Amino acid sequence: MANIPQRIIHEYLRHDKKFPHVWCAGCSNGIVLGAIIRAIASLNLDRDDIVMVSGIGCSSRMPVYVDFNTLHTLHGRSIAYATGVKLHKPNLKVIVVTGDGDCTAIGGNHLIHAARRNIDLKVILINNNIYGMTGGQCSPTTPHEAIATTAPYGNIEPDFNVCNLAMGAGASFVARTTAFHVLEMQGIVKDALEHPGFSLVEVVSACPVIYGRLNKKGGAPQMMKDFRDNSVPLAAVDKLPPEKVEGKIIRGILRREIRPEYCAQYASLVERIKDKEADNG
Amino acid sequence: MAKSYEIRLSGSGGQGLILAGIILARAAVIEKRRVTQTQSYGPESRGGYSRADVIISDEEIYFPEATNFNCLLALTQEACDVYLYDLRDSGILIIDTTFVKNLALAAENTYELPFTEIAQEKLGSPITTNILSLAFMTQITGIVKPESLKQSIAESVKPAFVELNHKAMELGFELAKKYKK
Amino acid sequence: MQGNEAVAYGALDAGVNFFAGYPITPSTEVAEILSVELPKRGGVFVQMEDEIASICAITGASLAGAKSLTATSGPGFSLMQEGIGFAKITETPCVVVNVQRMGPSTGMPTSPAQGDIMQAKWGSHGDSPSIVLYPDSVKESYELTIRAVNLAEKYRTCVILLLDEVIGHMREAVRLPDMANVRVINRIKPTVPPHWYKHYDENQKYLSPLASYGEGYRFHVTGLTHDSHGFPTNKSSEASEMMERLRKKIDYNIRDLVQIESHQMEDAKIAIFTAGITARAAKAAIAMARAEGIKVGLLRPLTIWPFPDDAVRKMLRNVETVIVPELNQGQLIHEIQRLTKDKSDGNLIPIQRVNGQLITPNDILRKIKEVS
Repeated sequence: MANIPQRIIHEYLRHDKKFPHVWCAGCSNGIVLGAIIRAIASLNLDRDDIVMVSGIGCSSRMPVYVDFNTLHTLHGRSIAYATGVKLHKPNLKVIVVTGDGDCTAIGGNHLIHAARRNIDLKVILINNNIYGMTGGQCSPTTPHEAIATTAPYGNIEPDFNVCNLAMGAGASFVARTTAFHVLEMQGIVKDALEHPGFSLVEVVSACPVIYGRLNKKGGAPQMMKDFRDNSVPLAAVDKLPPEKVEGKIIRGILRREIRPEYCAQYASLVERIKDKEADNG
Repeated sequence: MAKSYEIRLSGSGGQGLILAGIILARAAVIEKRRVTQTQSYGPESRGGYSRADVIISDEEIYFPEATNFNCLLALTQEACDVYLYDLRDSGILIIDTTFVKNLALAAENTYELPFTEIAQEKLGSPITTNILSLAFMTQITGIVKPESLKQSIAESVKPAFVELNHKAMELGFELAKKYKK
Repeated sequence: MQGNEAVAYGALDAGVNFFAGYPITPSTEVAEILSVELPKRGGVFVQMEDEIASICAITGASLAGAKSLTATSGPGFSLMQEGIGFAKITETPCVVVNVQRMGPSTGMPTSPAQGDIMQAKWGSHGDSPSIVLYPDSVKESYELTIRAVNLAEKYRTCVILLLDEVIGHMREAVRLPDMANVRVINRIKPTVPPHWYKHYDENQKYLSPLASYGEGYRFHVTGLTHDSHGFPTNKSSEASEMMERLRKKIDYNIRDLVQIESHQMEDAKIAIFTAGITARAAKAAIAMARAEGIKVGLLRPLTIWPFPDDAVRKMLRNVETVIVPELNQGQLIHEIQRLTKDKSDGNLIPIQRVNGQLITPNDILRKIKEVS
C-alpha cells in the first residue's frame, strides 16, 4: 500500500519535541510545511543533508518542528546565515523559510545579493502580506489601501512584487503559487529543490486571524476560496482577455534558467589557483 | 651612531612616501636592526597629507611614532611647515624646493634640492621622486647601506619597476655625494 | 610585516578556513590578504553585501564546521552587534577583529582611538560575557589572533580582537614561528550517537562538544532562549540556567583567559595601566622616568575582557598612584575605579585624548613627573 501523505509528514517531524506548534488556526504555514516535506520525500533526500534556515516571524518558526539540521536566526538575516552554511558545505541542501517582512523589508539586501550571486539556496517566501507575530503591522507586501495596525487609515505605499524583484536581481529560478494550490506548490518546491542555483518560491498565504480580520476577508475558508478565484496560471495568461488577468495572482514558474552557480564558481576558482600554484611550484 | 634614529618622510598622498617608508624599514631589517614603520594619511588616495615614520634602533622600540626626528624629509610646503618644529636641534632637514619655498625655521643641517623637477627631467616622470629623495637621504645620513637599500627596493616594488627605481636610487646617491652646502 | 597582515597570517596558521567581510578602513588589508591566501588553501573568502551579512555568514559557516573570522572597524562593528549576540547565545565559535578608528559614526577613518573598549564588552544587547584580546605589537597581533581563534573554539563563543589603527597599519620585523610550534585548538566533537547529543551539554566544566551540520546530528540552533538540547523555552528555570552557563564558562575559567604583562612593576611606586599602542608610549615614558630615578611600572592587559581584577587589586595594593592613559574619554579608568576601594580620587590620574593623535611618551612622562 502506498504511503498516506500524513504518514510521510510524521516521519520528518520532531514529534517528541515541540508540539503543539505556534501557528493560529487557519494559518497557511502548516500547508507549506506539508508541501515542503512531501517535495523532499519525493526526491528521497537524506535528512542529514538538509539544512533549514529561517529568520524571525511566524513562518520562521518552521525549522524547530522538522527533523533536519535546523537554524533559526535573526530577523532578516536567514539568507546571510544560509550563505555561510552553503559556502562551507556546498553538498548540503539549504532551504530558507522566510516571510514577507523578514525577507523583503529588513532582509531585502541579503535577498537581492544572494539572487545576484546565484548561490544555490532554496528560499520559500511565505507571503501573508502582514507582520503576524508582532500583531498586524504593515509590511512591504501589504497591498495599497489595505489596513494594518501601523496603517490604520489604509496603506498609502505601493507593495513589492517579490518575484519581479528577485528576477531583477538575477535569481535563476522564480515561481509563485498560493496556499490553496497545494499540489502545485509541492511540485514547484520539488522543482526548486532540483534547480542548481538561487531559487525563490513565493507562496501567497492566508493570515485569517490578523490580516483577514483587519481587512474583513471573511475567515480562512473564504481566503482560500479567494486564492482559487483570484489567481491565474501563467500558462493561461496569454489566452485570457486582459481584464480577466488584471489584479490577479499569476501562478507558476516565472523563470527557470541555468546560469553559473556561486559555489561551483568558487570551486572552479580554487581549482584554477591550485593548478597555477602547482605549475609555478 | 645614535642607538635610536627617528625619520619622518612627509608630503602629500600619491608621492609614494609610505612605500618609501616601507623600503627604508625593509633595508634596516636586511641589516638586522630593529625597526618600526608607521604612517598617517588623510582619506584621499591622491592629495591630502601623508607621512611615514621609520624608527631604526639597536634596542627594543617602545613607541613607534617619530616625535623628535633625527631626520625630516619634506616634499611639500604644508608638511615642512607642520613638522619642522619637531626636528631635533642637530637634526637633518631635506626639502624638495619644487614645492617648499619658505622655511619657517633655519635648521642647522638643511639640504635643498628640487627633487620632483629632477625626477621629471632626468628620469622622465615625477613618480620616482620618493626613491630619488630617499636615496639622497640615506646617503646623507648613512642610516642604511646603499646595497641594503638596493636589495630592499628590489624586494618591494613590482619587477617591472625595479630598474627604473634603481636608476632613481643611483641618481639620489650621486646628488648626495656632489651636494655642496 | 604589517599588523593587519599579522592578523591575516595568524588566522591562517590558527586554521581559519572561512572569511566573510566587507571593506572598511583601517581593517581592509586583512580581507585583501585572505582573498589571496584562502582560495589557495581551499578555504572560503567571500565579500558580503554588508557587515551584518558578514557576521551572519561566519556564524553559519562555523555551524557547518568551519573555523571562521571577520575583520572590520567601528561602523561595521556596530552593525555586527546583534549577530555577535547570536553567536554568543548559540555558543557558536567565531572571531571578530575590530581595528578601531576615531570617533562615533564615520569619525576619522584613518586615525587611531581606543573608543570601543566598552562596546566590545557591552555592545550587544541583553547582557552577555565577552572574551576580548588586545595586542600592542605586530608580533602580538599574530599571536593573539591565533589565541582568539583557539579560545573561540574552546569556549564556543564569539571572541573579539581589538586592534589600534596604528598597530593595524604599523610595520615591524616579525619572525613567524615554525608551524610545528604553533598551538592550535580545535572544537571538541561529540562522541555520543546523535540521539544522545545535547547541543549545550552542561556536564563538562562548561566546555561542551559541538557537532556540525551534515554529520548526522540534526540539531536545532535558535537565538531564542533555549534548553540544553537547543529547543526554545520560556521556562524561567531553563532561561536562568542558560544565562548562568554563558557567565560561568567565562568566570570558572578566568585563569585560562586572563593574560597580563607586568613591566618594571617590582619596585614601582607609580603604576601605569593601559593597553595597545598607548602601552608602548607608556614603556617609552617609563624608560625616560627611570633614567631620572622615578620608580614607575606598567600593567598591561592582553586580555581586556574578562578584566584582570586580581592583578589590578594587587597593583593597587603596591603602588601609591595609578595613571590611566587611554585614547578615549574614559573607559578603562572606570574599571580601575571599580576596584579602588581605599584610595582617594587624587591617586588615580587619567590621561585622555580623542583628537586622532596618539598619547606620546612625553605626555605620560610629564604626568609621571607631576605626581612623583
